[in-house]
This record gives sequence, C-alpha cells and structure tokens, in this order.
Amino acid sequence: MNIWELDALELGKRIKDREIGVAEAADALLDRIEATDGEVNAYVSTFRQEAAARAQQVQKMVDAGEGKGPLFGVPVSVKDNICVKGMTTTCGSRMLYNFRPPYNATVTDCLDKAGAVIVGKLNMDEFAMGSTTETSYMGVCKNPWDTSRVPGGSSGGAAAAVAASEAFYALGTDTGGSIRQPASFCGVTGIKPTYGTVSRYGVVAYASSLDQVGTLGRDAATVAASLDIITAKDAKDSTSVAHPDGGFYESLSGDIKGMRIGLPTDYFGEGLDPQVKEKVLAAAKQLEQLGAHVEEFPMPIVEYVVPAYYIISCAEASSNLSRYDGVKYGFRAEHYEDLYDLYLKSRSQGFGMEVKRRIMLGNFVLSSGYYDAYYNKALKVRALIKKAFDEAFQKYDMLLGPVAPTTALKIGENLDDPLKMYLGDIYTVSVNLAGLPGLSAPCGFDGQGLPVGMQLIGPAFGEKRLLNAAYAYQQVTDFHQKKPQ
Amino acid sequence: MTITPEIVDYVAQLSRLELSEGEKKRVEKDLGDILSYMDKLNELDTTDVEPMSHTLPVNNVMREDVCRPSSDREELLQNAPQKKDGCYQVPKAVE
Repeated sequence: MNIWELDALELGKRIKDREIGVAEAADALLDRIEATDGEVNAYVSTFRQEAAARAQQVQKMVDAGEGKGPLFGVPVSVKDNICVKGMTTTCGSRMLYNFRPPYNATVTDCLDKAGAVIVGKLNMDEFAMGSTTETSYMGVCKNPWDTSRVPGGSSGGAAAAVAASEAFYALGTDTGGSIRQPASFCGVTGIKPTYGTVSRYGVVAYASSLDQVGTLGRDAATVAASLDIITAKDAKDSTSVAHPDGGFYESLSGDIKGMRIGLPTDYFGEGLDPQVKEKVLAAAKQLEQLGAHVEEFPMPIVEYVVPAYYIISCAEASSNLSRYDGVKYGFRAEHYEDLYDLYLKSRSQGFGMEVKRRIMLGNFVLSSGYYDAYYNKALKVRALIKKAFDEAFQKYDMLLGPVAPTTALKIGENLDDPLKMYLGDIYTVSVNLAGLPGLSAPCGFDGQGLPVGMQLIGPAFGEKRLLNAAYAYQQVTDFHQKKPQ
Repeated sequence: MTITPEIVDYVAQLSRLELSEGEKKRVEKDLGDILSYMDKLNELDTTDVEPMSHTLPVNNVMREDVCRPSSDREELLQNAPQKKDGCYQVPKAVE
C-alpha cells in the first residue's frame, strides 16, 4: 500500500514505531498531490522545501521519543485563510494574492506543537463566501467523485483533498456550513466545534461571531484526534474559552446506548432531495440499532434561519472587509488619482462579485433607516433560534438531520443565482447562529454515486457525543472508507 | 423591499466600491431579490426579544498593562504595496 493511501491515525502509529519516516510521509503526500491535483485543484500552494526542513525537526523528536499524540509527524493541509508565517495566504482572493503573513495563526502554532508538518494551503471560496469553491480567484476546485461537479464550500479544497487522498487531514473554517457541507459533498467527516473552542487569531475574518476553525478527515477518529490538537483557550482571542470537556480522541468508546437523538421534522420537509432524505433516515435507523432512542419533533424556526444568517454574516463581513484598502498589504490598483480613488479602485479590482455583493448587502442592512428592520430584527431572530435549540436539548442529547438539501451540484449550476445558492445553506447556518457544534459524516451514496452526508448537532461543548456517535456509526458502516475511482 | 438605482449608488459608496453599469443592474436585481426574501423575518413576532449578538456569555478580558515587544516593523512592512522611510506610502491626503 502506498503511504498516501494510509489512514491518518495508521500513519501516525507507523511514524511513532519508526516504520515510516516523517520526511518520507510528507514526500509521498506531496508526490501524490503533484500527480493528481492538476485535475482537482484542491491546493492553492504546496511547500516541499519548508515541509522537508520541518520534517527533519519533527523526526528528531520522534527519534527522541518526544512525539506526543496520535497524529505526531503526520502531514497536514490547511485552508488558505489560516495564517502560516511566510507561506502565502490568499484567502482565495486577488485582494490577498501576494500576502505573506508575518505571524502564525494560533491554530498553526498548535499544529507545530503537535508535530504536524504543513504541506500546503487549500483552495476555498473567496473570503470563505460561497458554498461551491467556484468563487476562488485561484480557480474552481472540483469534486473528486465527479470532476464536473463542485466539492461544496467554502472549505471545498479541504474536503476534496481528503477525499482524493491528497491530505491525511485538514483544517477548515465554518461560518455557515463551510466545513460540514463540503465534507458531505465529498464523502468525508468534518466538525465545526462550539464557538470559542478554537482560537480565531490569525484566521482571516469573515463574520466574527460565527467563524470557527474545525477539522476534516476520513473518519470520526481522525477528526477527534485533530480537534484535540487545536482546542485551546488563547489570550490572543478574547472570545475563546477553555473547553470544559476536551480529550475527544481518548473518549471514543463506540457505545451510544440510551443516547436520545431528535430528528427535527422541519429538516426533512419540502426542498430536500428524496434520496438524501432516505439515506439520512437509514442512518437514524442504524443509530437506533446501536442503542440510541430516535424521535421526531417539530422545529419550525428552520424556515427563518437563512435570512437571519445572511443579514448577520454580511453585516459582520462588511465591517471586517473594510480593512482591505490597498495600503497595508495585499492588492493595490495600478492607476488611481488620490487616496479615495486608491481605496475605490483597489477594492473594486481586488474583490470578486460575490464578495462585493455581500459587502453591499451588509452595508445596506447596517445603514441608517434599515438597521432596525434588518440587522436588529435578525439579531432578535437569532435569539429565537438559540432558544429553539436550547429547548430541543432539554429533550435530546443530539439532533440528526441532513447537511445539505442535495448532493454535489454541477459546476456553474447556481453561480448566477445567489438566492438559490444561499437557500442551500438551510440546514447548516443555524448551528453557527446558535454557536453549537455540528458534525458531518458520510451515510451513503445517491443513484449517481455521489456521497450523501448526515449532520449531528449537539449542545454547546457536546463535541464528544457527536464524535462518539459518528465513531459508533463508522464501526458498523463503511461509507467513510469508500474512495473515488 | 424595492432597491432603486439611488440605493445601489449609496450602498456602493458606503462600501468603497466602484461598479460598472452592468454590475449596477445586477446588484439592483440581486439585492432586491435577497432583501425581499429577508422580509420573511417580519412574519415572526419579536416583541420583547432581546437582540443576540453573541451566543456565549462574553465578559471583558483584562490583562496587566505592561510593556512587551510588538510585531517587527520591517517584517510588517514587507507586505506593503508601497513604503517609504519605515512607513506605508499613500497619495497626499491633506492640503
């Protein structure tokens, strides 16, 4: 078996046992990327030299028996909105096409401490705004299961890389489903942890009250082990918190007897592809057979989550993206008349259409005369959404539903219809609005052989339950082991 | 919600964005469609609901007010499109 075909945890074990060298593993993966990524375009950049130098350092620690954790020495790939000192971080935008961060994101430091070797930066929708990875300035990323289709987004590169065996595991970010939805489209496992679990320092901001870093891998065990690496309270992010129930990997037992799982009927209504529905309900049955109690319940607030999400996320984006002015870093227009014109030209040429649309939408809902009708109203609806989840978690340990209404779309299918694109986020955005953990795991394939994902949603800091339920499910199913071609 | 060309111009100006005529037309339609859909929120009664900007209880995070090294000036300036004498360079902004 080729090294790049190994599971992340198996590779970690072989590195620890010194059967495989750290540099050997990084090289094997980079060769694999070189061979197949021309078609997939999951990577924006790769770093062979840096990885080789880093692998040497990590190998010394392995040799000295200082390697800690099940993924020590395993190569990792990170979404291109996470700062790695000296490695170009484009955020999928012309605006940052040449930006070389002078510092590390805190999650990057966490990876360093855990003996990870960063091999490359992953493609994404521009500024993480999109659900298809089609808006990337660095070119469209393709779904490895069918390259005429999108991998989902915005962490499309991360999900596609894991699916195509071009990454052992990956860091992504999730503001409204950007880890879970591509994980679903590409047949991999991904988690968005509770807001505050992972530091946002050094992660390019989209919507700060919703953004959260998470991990993607082939299975729940890999996702749990990698989430352990980045879970930390950080003095540089005052919204980060000390997770009260960490140690995810160690806690995996596969025992879910007595677990109460709620199925929100409003997640299974109109608009949901019948094949997706069938697979998710089959997964519910499977979890029931493993000893969980599954019950349906109404959650009518679902109808209102998309408008609330887009008002709030665009409002925050319009403020966050005001920093791109062509002065301090990134793109500056070639021709301009004065300072105001420099801002105008740099921003107009540096941002793509979807980003402009969201900045304008955000500025509109925050503008005088419309603030109360839109922004403040959305914040109130956000409180109602949180309340609906709080009530659900009085009865259930977790919720189960689809991740997205469909399987992977054709490239270009929704690109010209933003509203249609936004409606595809109906099952994922509420988790971010309520600050909750959400996990996406493969639960079957549709008639065209495209992966279907199920979503588990937990109460705040309930990551262990979600990971354990997915782990239990993956002990008795093999959807997560299937690979394209 | 009806979006007029005047609103598009105003919002573009707030956003420091310059739009072509074609883009303006498109933004007018897109914003109109999206905001009309967002009006759906008016179906919900939110009287007496407190607006929620953050889901976890957030407190002020304090630290000791002590001097410590900050980022290196030269390192930060390496990303500047134009620089001069250790500063960012921009067109003259005041008369």
